[in-house]
Amino acid sequence: MEHILSLLLLFPALAAIAAAFVSKQNVRAFGIAAMAIEFLMTIPVLMNFDPTNPGFQFTEKLPLIPDYGVFYYVGIDGFSIYLLALSTFISFIALVAMEDLKNIKNLIITLLFMEVTMVGFFIALDAIVFYIFFELSLVPMMYIIGSWGSHKRVYAAVKFFLYTFTGSLIMLLGVIYLGFAFHEATGVWSFALPNWHLLILPFDVQIWVFLAFFAGLAVKVPMFPFHTWLPYAHGQAPTVGSVLLAAVLLKMGTYGFLRLSFPIMPDATLYFVMPVAILSLIMIIYTAMIAFAQSDMKQVIAYSSVSHMGVIMLGMFALNVEGIAGSVFLMISHGIVSGALFMLVGVIYERLHTKEMSEFGGLTSVMPKYGVIFGIVLMGSVGLPLTIGFVGEFLALLGFFKVSPFMTILAGTTIILGAIYMLNIFRRSFFGAVTNAKVFELKDLTKRELMGLIPLTLLVVALGIYPKPILQPAETSAKKLVELMFKKSQSFEAKLSILDYNSLSGGAK
Amino acid sequence: MPISINLADLNLPTLYPVFITTIGALLVLIIDLIAKPTKIFNMLFSMAVIVAALFSLLNMDINQIGFFGLISMDGIAIIGQAIILIASALFLPLSLTSQRFHEFEYSEFFALFLFLVSGFQVMVSTDNIILMFISLETASLALYTIIAMHNRDRSIEAAIKYFTMGSLAAAFFAFGGALFYLATGSVELEKSFFALGELGMQNFEILLISLALLVAAIGFKLSMVPLHTWTPDVYEGASAPLAGYMSIVPKIAGFIVAIRMFEFLVASDLEWIKTILWIAAVATMTIGNILALVQESVKRMLAFSSISHAGFGLVAILVATNDSNTALFVYWTLFMFANLGAFTMLWISRHKSKIFHNRFDHPYTKFSGMVHIAPIPAVIMGVFMLSLAGVPPFALFWGKFYLISATMAAGYIGLALIMVLNSAIAVYYYIKLIVYMFLREPSYANRTIYMHNVTAPFKFILAIAAFFSVFAVFMVNDLLIIFSKLLGSSGF
Repeated sequence: MEHILSLLLLFPALAAIAAAFVSKQNVRAFGIAAMAIEFLMTIPVLMNFDPTNPGFQFTEKLPLIPDYGVFYYVGIDGFSIYLLALSTFISFIALVAMEDLKNIKNLIITLLFMEVTMVGFFIALDAIVFYIFFELSLVPMMYIIGSWGSHKRVYAAVKFFLYTFTGSLIMLLGVIYLGFAFHEATGVWSFALPNWHLLILPFDVQIWVFLAFFAGLAVKVPMFPFHTWLPYAHGQAPTVGSVLLAAVLLKMGTYGFLRLSFPIMPDATLYFVMPVAILSLIMIIYTAMIAFAQSDMKQVIAYSSVSHMGVIMLGMFALNVEGIAGSVFLMISHGIVSGALFMLVGVIYERLHTKEMSEFGGLTSVMPKYGVIFGIVLMGSVGLPLTIGFVGEFLALLGFFKVSPFMTILAGTTIILGAIYMLNIFRRSFFGAVTNAKVFELKDLTKRELMGLIPLTLLVVALGIYPKPILQPAETSAKKLVELMFKKSQSFEAKLSILDYNSLSGGAK
Repeated sequence: MPISINLADLNLPTLYPVFITTIGALLVLIIDLIAKPTKIFNMLFSMAVIVAALFSLLNMDINQIGFFGLISMDGIAIIGQAIILIASALFLPLSLTSQRFHEFEYSEFFALFLFLVSGFQVMVSTDNIILMFISLETASLALYTIIAMHNRDRSIEAAIKYFTMGSLAAAFFAFGGALFYLATGSVELEKSFFALGELGMQNFEILLISLALLVAAIGFKLSMVPLHTWTPDVYEGASAPLAGYMSIVPKIAGFIVAIRMFEFLVASDLEWIKTILWIAAVATMTIGNILALVQESVKRMLAFSSISHAGFGLVAILVATNDSNTALFVYWTLFMFANLGAFTMLWISRHKSKIFHNRFDHPYTKFSGMVHIAPIPAVIMGVFMLSLAGVPPFALFWGKFYLISATMAAGYIGLALIMVLNSAIAVYYYIKLIVYMFLREPSYANRTIYMHNVTAPFKFILAIAAFFSVFAVFMVNDLLIIFSKLLGSSGF
């Protein structure tokens, strides 16, 4: 078990290289097999993970540039474990359900490299390794969008790349500065995150480093007003690209806040609670309204993604155990739900070659299975109790209620607005009379599509009823994080506010 | 008074690496008179000379002084010569093209090349302004001729352009050096700096003019803005591997002279030289980048981008700490692999006639959809582009990373931000080639179009360059230790 994380990282890379030598007919089967093995290898990690241990588990450390404090240092805790599992799971499912595309061999190789970067990112405990995978994930995604997308794909791919790359370069300044600050404080170079968590920085330094990190992470989330690349990327990306982008890549931003900003710069985090909360509120309400105004089904889901990411941000910045754990849960649930929704849009797009809702109408009468699955996933997205979406959203909002009841009420409109635009999709596309003659000829879901969608649909219900496996480790780690922030915060007011935000939970007492 | 010099006092071993290349060059000429050697023989012979010189260099003790201080083989000289010799060894096999390019048929090409190497070797190993000047001119004259030997209209234009502008720079150097002597009373930098310490700012005006001229002269070699205008045209006219070579070897020699000449002044808090270097560094990286954005030819894009990289190098001169100098050499070593690799990729796809564009050999459109036709070359070229763009974990990321770190550690936070933003601009034009190669539809169905000029030695060089670009992270630590130690021992 010692080297299991390194194995998880190395296996898809080797598989990608091997895939170059597999014939075109067999490469898809090879890819699915490789991703299945990768996913199966995450299961022993889940089984052996101790949810009550707040520390990093399965850690491994090897020198890369030891004189400069750069180590290959990996490990997982309650925040990253299920994000890691989500990455391998969604990659596998997305490939299983993927339609036949041209240049399949290049795509399979790219997807395997994509998996390397996602796994690497979530297991990284060294800031440089973290940064490497943060940046490297852009390259395969750019290729997927730009090569297999719709007609404006090149523009969307370049926009995606430039936006996120520029943001993360500014983040690099912060990373380098923290390495330097650690060297100043201790005399040794280190980029290990657990070491950085011990670092106490002056307030003004915290502020600008926080902002540097914010530039990189907020673009990735994407926070309002840096979200404009996302609808383009989703609009042009092929289904498999959208699924991975929404399910995993966006989580890199929110996860980055938990891993870097919160524990290293608690005072700055506290200082920025309100500004970030306001931006999150704008994300939640404004993008939900844009989502309602879209006529393209994929754009609705793209904007709803932004809206839900707003709830995740809000919950995290509640800085209490409920909020943070709820946000982590919401990251997983949004990964599953948005992944499933993008797959479902892909299904209809593959058949009708349009995403315009006005062309659909009455789909349930022709494709009953499709209608049922869409309905269940949609309820998960809206946040119906007993579905996966409810737990995270409820906890995130509950967490922020202690910070500001008024803003939480505004944020609560996410459930109402979400219901409006999602049910609107359902009404316009699935009910009523069939208006488009082509719809009559549509086939219901094929086996391949069902194999992808059924596991996701089951998870939507199962985790909605029994969320504990994900919540428990997230809560353990959230408690540790809140305690660390409480200890490290420098001013009396800061300590008081953290206590205040956690007053009913017992997290930081 | 009679002067008696013992041969041992000259400490000849300090010049062994230079002797080897110079005598090698003469031997190439002599062999050419006796027999008519083939291209392969000449290449192998020159390669043996370079390897022998490298071998003798690596066996040398550090901080040896020869010729009464004229030659000082300190750490920085050893690093400089090593980089020059390794880059030369990587360059030489690129003469074994599958097509016939007539410059390689002449033995003179190899002789001139070895003279060029020996010139740059001396240039990095001396503290004496006159010797710097002579060696710079030796190397430059050989370089002008080699460029012209490519024998196309644009090559001859490039050589003449480089020669005329280079002459101007030479004049600057001579005049600046003379004024420096006037201001300080010595042509040896160490003694001059000592004298400056004694005299203070007595000869301020003379010193100002002389340093301005010297900055311009060295800045010309480094293609510092506004003395960069020759770079794209010369690179375009020169053959691709020679252009790649020019982006590395003359620059590293220029940087070493700049380090010897300016870092003491920077460290002694001469504010105006800092200001000059700050403006030059920022202008060079930014203007090089912006001009690279609008290029249609990959080769010209690489030329402008190498200007921008030189701007990054100038930052190290400005910061002037052991860390920043180490970062500069790490940066340039990694740049050597990535950039030489990129130019080699252009070289293997080079056709004798211009079939892709009425002016350029390598327009972007030529590489359209390359991944569908020649996937492995496309991936390798993509790796070089990502590496030059500084995408982690590829080679140049570590150079940038360490250089930015050194810049921040010295307190230049604003400059670090400018460097980062420039990296963000730079990524656009590198990505542009990747976009053409990977995201567009192919315009030529024939695979051989990209491999027209390829031979086994090319593949070998590409494999080395790609290997070091991808796995750079594993050698950065050793480079840091070695460079930092060698630089520290010579006081930089």
